[in-house]
This record gives sequence, structure tokens and C-alpha cells, in this order.
Amino acid sequence: MAALGSGCLVLSLAICAYGIVAAIYGVRSKRMEFTDSARRAVYALAGVLTVAFAVLELAFLRNDFAFNTVADTSSRTTPALYRAAAVWSSQEGSLLLWAWLLSLWSSLALFLMRRRLRDVCAYATAVLLGFGGFFVSLMIFYATPFATTSPAPAEGAGLDPLLRFPTMVIHPPMLYSGYTLCTIPFAFAVGALLTRRIDAEWIAATRRFAFAAWLCLGVGILLGARWSYSELGWGGYWGWDAVENASLMPWLTATAFLHSLMIQEKRGMLKVWNASLVLATGSLAIMGTFLVRSGILNSIHAFGGATLGVPFVALIGVMVAGSIYLVVSRRAALRSEHRLDSLLSRESAFLANNLVLVGLCFVIFWGTYFPLISEALNGTAASVGPPWFDRYTVPLALILVLLSGIGPLIAWRRATLASARRNFAVPLGAAAIAVLALLAAGVPGRPLAIALFACAAFVFASIGQEFARGVRVRREIAHEAVPAALLSLVRRNRRRYGGYIVHVGIAVLFVGVAASSSFQHATEVGLSPGSSTRVGAYTVSYVRPTATVTPAADAAHTGSSMSLGAVLDVSKRGHHVATLRPSQGYYDSGEPTQGSVGQLIGGQAVSHISMSEGALRDVWSAIAPNISTPALQRIVDAGNRTLPPQDAPIALGYLARQYLQHPPAAQFHFIVSPLVMWIWIGGAIVFGGGLIAVWPPPSAVVRRVSVRARPRSAGDPVRA
Amino acid sequence: MNPARKRTARLVAALSAALVLATALIYTSFSAASPALSPSQLLHRAQPGRSYQLTGVVVGGSVRRAGGVLYFAVADRRGSSNVPLSYTGTVPDPFHEGREVIVTVRKEGARFVGERDSLITKCPSKYKAAPAGERQNY
Amino acid sequence: MDALVVLLTLLLVAGVLIVISAPLRARAGERPGTREREQSRGEPERAALEAEREAKYREIRDAELDYRTGKLSREDYEAVDAALRREAIAILDSLEHALPPSSDRLEN
Repeated sequence: MAALGSGCLVLSLAICAYGIVAAIYGVRSKRMEFTDSARRAVYALAGVLTVAFAVLELAFLRNDFAFNTVADTSSRTTPALYRAAAVWSSQEGSLLLWAWLLSLWSSLALFLMRRRLRDVCAYATAVLLGFGGFFVSLMIFYATPFATTSPAPAEGAGLDPLLRFPTMVIHPPMLYSGYTLCTIPFAFAVGALLTRRIDAEWIAATRRFAFAAWLCLGVGILLGARWSYSELGWGGYWGWDAVENASLMPWLTATAFLHSLMIQEKRGMLKVWNASLVLATGSLAIMGTFLVRSGILNSIHAFGGATLGVPFVALIGVMVAGSIYLVVSRRAALRSEHRLDSLLSRESAFLANNLVLVGLCFVIFWGTYFPLISEALNGTAASVGPPWFDRYTVPLALILVLLSGIGPLIAWRRATLASARRNFAVPLGAAAIAVLALLAAGVPGRPLAIALFACAAFVFASIGQEFARGVRVRREIAHEAVPAALLSLVRRNRRRYGGYIVHVGIAVLFVGVAASSSFQHATEVGLSPGSSTRVGAYTVSYVRPTATVTPAADAAHTGSSMSLGAVLDVSKRGHHVATLRPSQGYYDSGEPTQGSVGQLIGGQAVSHISMSEGALRDVWSAIAPNISTPALQRIVDAGNRTLPPQDAPIALGYLARQYLQHPPAAQFHFIVSPLVMWIWIGGAIVFGGGLIAVWPPPSAVVRRVSVRARPRSAGDPVRA
Repeated sequence: MNPARKRTARLVAALSAALVLATALIYTSFSAASPALSPSQLLHRAQPGRSYQLTGVVVGGSVRRAGGVLYFAVADRRGSSNVPLSYTGTVPDPFHEGREVIVTVRKEGARFVGERDSLITKCPSKYKAAPAGERQNY
Repeated sequence: MDALVVLLTLLLVAGVLIVISAPLRARAGERPGTREREQSRGEPERAALEAEREAKYREIRDAELDYRTGKLSREDYEAVDAALRREAIAILDSLEHALPPSSDRLEN
């Protein structure tokens, strides 16, 4: 079966080569049948890669350890869901996932565009097949998923326990969908620049794909943060790690693009800027994919010694150089039709938003690639830590939130100063009240956090005001009840009000971030059963220890041999708040030198954190039990001496009993973070609002404005 | 001021602001950065009081916990230099003998002390290169 | 197993070839496509103008909403509205002068 997979890869490469040639020949000689054939080549690529992916998936599900990838990352004891997800936990498998998702999204995009923008689509097809061919070549020549060993090993190494969480199952496909979707607007931009057709039709098409990329990438990033927070024994959701930053950067440029595209649509301005943003987003997405695999940067995910660096650098070089060449050589077609009318206009606010977003991207880019820069400049690879990132990103984020509240208050083209003053009154008042209320409530003085809360209050009041006024307008026209008016208001003006909802979500998200980072209480302490400690306003008591021993064949479990933990009682001012059950799972190390029993628990230990989530705060706990006490060690040593490997699990029962009867003090890590839940809720609001903004309106709502009306004179009633 | 000059003035202002930000950024990044060193480099070059990013492999048998402090030694990926250090703070789940770690350390006297919560352990063997000499059957 | 793999691979290759060559085979059985060439010359301009028209209609509605929610004064609104309607008329004029839709030509 592996031969079928390899055959699919070779066939895919042939399809890509044919498609590129056919597309370019077709568009240059104006023979539509060839561009159609090239588009179908993309469909064929999707089909063939689906077969290849299915072959690999089946190998994992059937435990076919002849496949090297399966033997390296899966085992008979890995639960089925994680076996299926293990496909993309390795280099080779993740390359296949990337190529497959690229082919699927490209097929969809080209299918939707099959009757429009024909010339642009032809070049876009060639570019997308170029990417496909690149990734397929990587698989064929560097890291094939279909390498086999014969005879097949009897058992595999197993999936890393750290990845055996549902969030980690969905995070890579979501993120890869985001990355691959970023290449589609890139391809269409290349096509549009080559054919000099940066017009309204291109705008409408690109916006859809850019939004899809923005959505998937954003959800992928949020899921990654959620996984880090709720599963890892670290208790944080963002660490400014290189791979986190690598996924954030294209998302920032995509956000900027979605905004500035509106200015190009309305005023014919910023064409060079938009083209550059789209090309940058695609390039950053490829750079992000490259970072994880190349080992050029020290990070949690990236490793030294991988072989894929050189081809990726070549691809990125071609993309960047090509982009610059295209923009410069087509600058005549990218000339602005108008200039900015007035500084007090929504266009200005959008421009400012763009500058802040690109500024953020630059800061993150600099900090992420700094080790390479410093190495080039003075020989040592030095890296900057989270405090440096925070110092620059926090103020920029503050300005961004503030802008998202200012934008709704001013009109397009040119706002009237008097009305602007009127409109700002309530939101400014809300911000002032928020600051006073926080200070009066005795919130400790953290100026940046309080500034952010003030900006968020500004945003809520500003957008609330917009909704209120819009509902009033709607009721004047259609005399509907308030809820119906609200619904029809949003339905008829999806882009505007969907966008407002997104901004509310962003403000909520940042409120959660500010509160949970500035006002957190954390403690690391050793506790014995019966003792307790204070964390912030809460008292945490260690009630009793827990111990579970799992037979290796229990497929429903995450596969740990034994797990030791504690039952904790959390109370506030004497009232019981929550019961937490953190534990530490011990896994098989597979090293016989540790002894038959020692090997069962000598592998990686994975912390299973326990937390109580609430609207106002999260109480998070992790435990690191002490398994090297003399009493426990005696049991392990005795087991090593007397028990053969197949009977070794008996000793685990003794270990567990010993731990329960005479529990040693364990190390605990407690964190009380306010308002963390609002980060996830804010994220959900952002993406929900985004969906509302791009949802196509029902055709009945698209009203034809009668344009040939006579010129208006003062005193004419405004027609609805 | 006529519109054209207004526009130029705005452009100059925006560019100047960007330049100031970029300069601040670049300047502080060089002073705030800690150089990444391997254990052998650290032993040769470390100066007391400065912080460094130590990257290497956790030496087998060197891991010990006493009180709230974790003691372990970091060795070069390929080589014999060995840096023992003490560390307080969060220990990531993948931390284990033989794993690659990054930890920010300072030299205090003759010993190395890890900065609080700065220990990062790399996700094990996700994207490892094929061992040299192993043939791939297709 | 091997025979099955070979068979599947051949089926796959055959399927790919059929899918990819369909447009080429369809075109081979018809007369040279001058019609397509003329169509495709006029299509891009029409489509672009139609997209511009939709965008301009949206702008007019947005401006009205801006006025009614109190962001524009009456005078400013009327100025902006008049400008937008002028631009929309220009687009409609261009649309009328552009090549007529392809459905007309089929009848010739």
C-alpha cells in the first residue's frame, strides 16, 4: 500500500508540472481549453492527494508498523482518535496534510471563480500548483511519509502524551488550513498584478479568500492558546514563542488587508499597499511553515539539525523577490485614483489601524528573527524574551483597541467636526467612569491595564451607541419592535454591524488578557495532606492523595501507566468554591535499563492540570508528586529485582497503595487569574462577528438605489 | 497650507514616528537580548551578572529535586562539556533526561542559577532528521 | 497485494487523465473559438464595472446610514450623496457603452 502512496506523490508532481505549463500556455495563447484543463489539474491533484492521505490514515488506523511514520509516532495502545491524528504529528505526515489542504482549498477557490477573472485565475492556478509541487517534491525527495521498513516492527513508539488532547487534534488542521488559505489571495494577487487587473472584481473575490484565511488562522491560533492554557502544566496561554509569533504575523497582515481593502474599494487608493499586504501575508505564512521545520530558531517546536531549511529559504526568496518585482513593475496600474479627503474620516482611522497592525507585525518579526539578525551582525545568536515583546506590543494593542472604538464614530470621506464632538461625548464619558470606578474599587495601580480597560469601555460605549442609533433609524423607517429592528438592521448592513461585533470581541478579548496578566496571583508551594495555602483571596487545602493504575491495554485512557494526584478543596472566606483534582501521569519509557518496573514509570511525566473556570476568575492547579521517596524507591527496586516485564504492573499497585497510605509532600503550582474566560468568549465573538460580516445578504435585501433621481435640493425629505 | 503641502507634512510626520519607533526597537533589542550559548561556550565566556540562554541536552542521572529547587546538568548536543545548574520555577511537562532544553542562566560566583520560569523543553522527536546511514525503503 | 496496488494506481492515472483532458477533447470537436476570444475581451470590463456598481450602491447606502445615525451634518451628507450619485451614473454610463452581454451575440 505504501507503493500506492508513493505513486500518488509522483503522479501529483506530474500533475503540478502539467498544470503550470497548461495554465501559462492557455492564458498567453488565449486558448481557454488549456486554462480549463489546468484548473481541472488542481481538482485532480486534490483527488490524488486525498488517496495518498487516505492510504496514510488507514496505515495509522490499522497499526501498519511497516510504515516508518506509523512506527515512530503511534502504537497499539494509542487510542483510535489520537492514532488518526498522529498522521500529522510527524514531519512527513504534516507535509502531506499541508499539501492536501492546499489542494482542497485551491480546488474550491478555483471552482468558485471558474467563470470570472479568467486570466487572473489562470496565473493563480499556476502559482498554487507551484506551491503544491514544492511540497510534494519535499515529500518525494526529503521526507516521504511512505517509507517502509521490512520486516515491520511489532510495536510502535507511541504518540507523545503531550499531544493526546482533543484540542491538539484539531489545532494543526485548523492552523494549516489558515496557512494554506493565505496562499490563495497571494496567488490571485500575483495573477492580478501579472494581468494588471487590480479592479473591483478582484477586490470582491480576494476579500472572500482573505477572510477565510483570517478566520481559520485566527481560530487555529486561539485553539493553540487554549490548549497551552488548559492542558500544559505551565498555566499560560501565550509565551511569545517563535512558532506562536510565526502564526500571528500573517494574521495581523490579513487583518490589515481586510480593512484597507475597503478603502481601495471606496476610493481607489492604497493599491500598492494592498498588493504588498497580500503578498506579505502569503510570504509570512510560508515563513511560518518553514520556522517549525527548519531548526533555525530555538523554540519549543523548532529543532536543530533538520534538513528542510534550504528548500524553504529558496522558496521564500523567490516569493519575496518576485513580489517586490511585481509591485514595482506594475506600479503604473497601481496608481491611486484619489487622495485622502480629510484627516477626520473613517478612511483615516482605517489607515491608522493599518499602520498599527503592520507596526505590531514588524515588532514581532524583529523579535522573532532577532537571533538570526544578531548572529549575522555580531556572531552570537541572542534572543529577546517576553518582557521585550510586551513592552512594545502592549501600547500598540492599546492604540488598536482605541481605534476600533473611534472608527464607528466618524463617517466615510469626511466627517463633520461638530457631529464628531457630539458622538464622542458618551464613549469618552464611559471611559472616564470606568477609570474612576476601577480606582475607587481599589484595583491596584497598573497603568497599562487600567488604560486598556478605559479603552475597552470606550469601545463598548461607542459601539453600543451605534447599535442604539441604528435601531432607532430602523424603527423610524419600518416601525418594528426593538428586537426585530435590531435583527433587520444587522441583516441589511452586515459588513458594518458584523464589523462592530468583531471589534467588541477584540475589546473583550484584550480585557481578559489585561486582567489575567496584570492581576494574577500565583504560588508554588509544597503541601502535605491536611495543609493549606492562600492564593489571592482563595484558600487551597490538600484534602487527600489520589492514585490510579491503568492497564496498558486500556485504550480509552491517554495511556499512562500510573497517575498520582491530589484532591484539593478551594474556598473563599470559608465558603467552598471548587474541588480540584490535578494529577501527574507517568508513562512507559521503553528503556529496559531502568528495570522492569522503573521503565513503566520512567518515561515522560505529563501534568494533568485541574482548574475551576468562572466568569470572574479561573483557579488553576498543577501537581508534581514526589515519587523518589525512599519508601517508593524500595518498591521500585524490589520490583526491578524480582518481577519480569510482563508482571511488572503488579508493582504499580503496591506503589499506588504506598502513596495513598503514606503520601509525601508534593509540589503544587496554583494560579488565580481574573477574567481568563473572556479571552475565549471574546475570540468566539470576533469570529462570529466576522462570519456575520461576510455572510452574503439575501437578494431581497439588495436594494437598487434609484440613481437617476433629480438632484436633491434642501427641503427634500430623505427617501429611505 | 494647501492640500499638497498638508499631505507631505503628514507623510513626513508618519515616517518620522515610524523611524523613532524602529530605532527604539532596534536599540532595546540589542541590549535586552541574551545570547544563546552551548554549555562549552558558556563555560568559556560567561561573565558574572549577565544572563545567557543556555541550550543543550539534559544529562542523564543529573536530575535531582530538593525543596522547591530543581538541580540538573546541561551538556552539549555533541560533546562533553557539562554545566550543572539550579533552577526554581515552572518545569515544563516534557522535561526529562536526554531532552533538549533552553534555560536562561546567570553566573553567580562559581555556580550557574537558572532564572525563574525560564526553562523551556523542546517537544520531543517530532521532526527529527533521519539517523545517518538508515536506508529508507519505498 | 502488489497486483491490487498496480491496478489502483492505473485506475488513478486513468481517472486523472480523463479529468484533465476533458476540456481539450471537447474543444477539439468544435470549430475554432473566435466567439470565445471576443467574449473574453469584453467580459473582464463588464464584470469589473458591475462589481464597481455594486460597491458604489453600497457606499450610497452607507452614507445615508451615516447621516441618519448622526455622523454627518445635513449639508455634508447632501454633498457626499450628490458626489456618490454622480460617480454611480458615470459607472452606469460606462456599463451601457461596454460590449453587450454575450447572450445577445449568440443569437447572431
